Amino acid sequence: MDNKKILAIIAAIAKKIEAEKDFLTELDNEIGDGDHGINLARGFKSVEEKLPTFADKDIGAILKGVGTQLVSTVGGASGPLYGTAFMKAGNVCKGKMELTDAEFVAALDAAINGIKMRGKAVEGEKTMLDSLCPAYKALKEDIDGGKNLIDALSDGVDAAAKGVEYTKTIIATKGRASYLKERSIGHQDPGATSSLFMLQTVLDVLREA
Amino acid sequence: MVGIVIVSHSQKLAEGVVEISKMMANAPLAAAGGLEDGSLGTSYEKICAAIEAVYSADGVIILMDMGSAVMTTEMVLEDLDKPNVKMIDCPLVEGAVLAAVESAGGKSLAEISERVEETLTAKKF
Repeated sequence: MDNKKILAIIAAIAKKIEAEKDFLTELDNEIGDGDHGINLARGFKSVEEKLPTFADKDIGAILKGVGTQLVSTVGGASGPLYGTAFMKAGNVCKGKMELTDAEFVAALDAAINGIKMRGKAVEGEKTMLDSLCPAYKALKEDIDGGKNLIDALSDGVDAAAKGVEYTKTIIATKGRASYLKERSIGHQDPGATSSLFMLQTVLDVLREA
Repeated sequence: MVGIVIVSHSQKLAEGVVEISKMMANAPLAAAGGLEDGSLGTSYEKICAAIEAVYSADGVIILMDMGSAVMTTEMVLEDLDKPNVKMIDCPLVEGAVLAAVESAGGKSLAEISERVEETLTAKKF
């Protein structure tokens, strides 16, 4: 996976988030403050506009640039959360023009740890971690077991989708949805959903090649 | 005097808290509320600008509403890396009023921080 591929992935995520903006906002209307889709779409639109300036940069610099841009433009909790995730992933990829499969896995791990740190959150609290953590686990097991990245990520995306379903069954204890207590049950988490969309988009772009 | 920054999702709320606090004491207060276009959200840039507006060697304390206000402030402070700029967990209005009074009274950053943190357990009645 080289820096051009990373740029293509980021551009595709921006398109996907824009396309799913209303759906994500609708989910957030149910249990949150109703801005997740709008905020993320605003953030990724500004990322998209910045992409040409990242063209010849290494992967670490690209991911860091994406993170910084999200922090300063999203405006909601997903800004510092995804912003930190991209920045932490960027740290792991510093100076690299290409990533091995193992390095990709390490970058995702760093991103997830960044979200845990920033949100002071763990799995099972009805957040983006409930799709990202199962996805990482499946991906890591597959890669360690010798599977190729596309097959491994495909298992990861399936695990993330199951994680999103799981968020319907639990009470939110982090974020704005926690104010609703048991009334948050039955609704899927918008953050877990946007995380699933991002992972799905990575897989889609990798499959195109 | 120690500067005070109020971070909120709402521009009106941040400005309102500054307004109430100014009524009590003439301390250096700055509001960082809403996004650049005035819509709801927290802005990294507005927080930076507000800190700069009230910064002195005496330091700055930052009080926030919730969620992204807290996380975005955290990121600003990590990037800023100044030990005399500090975020404090407290009820926003009570904390801000007390901070303004203490700052105008010439208290230090450490003293104000300690007093303001006490409002976490303060009861209204």
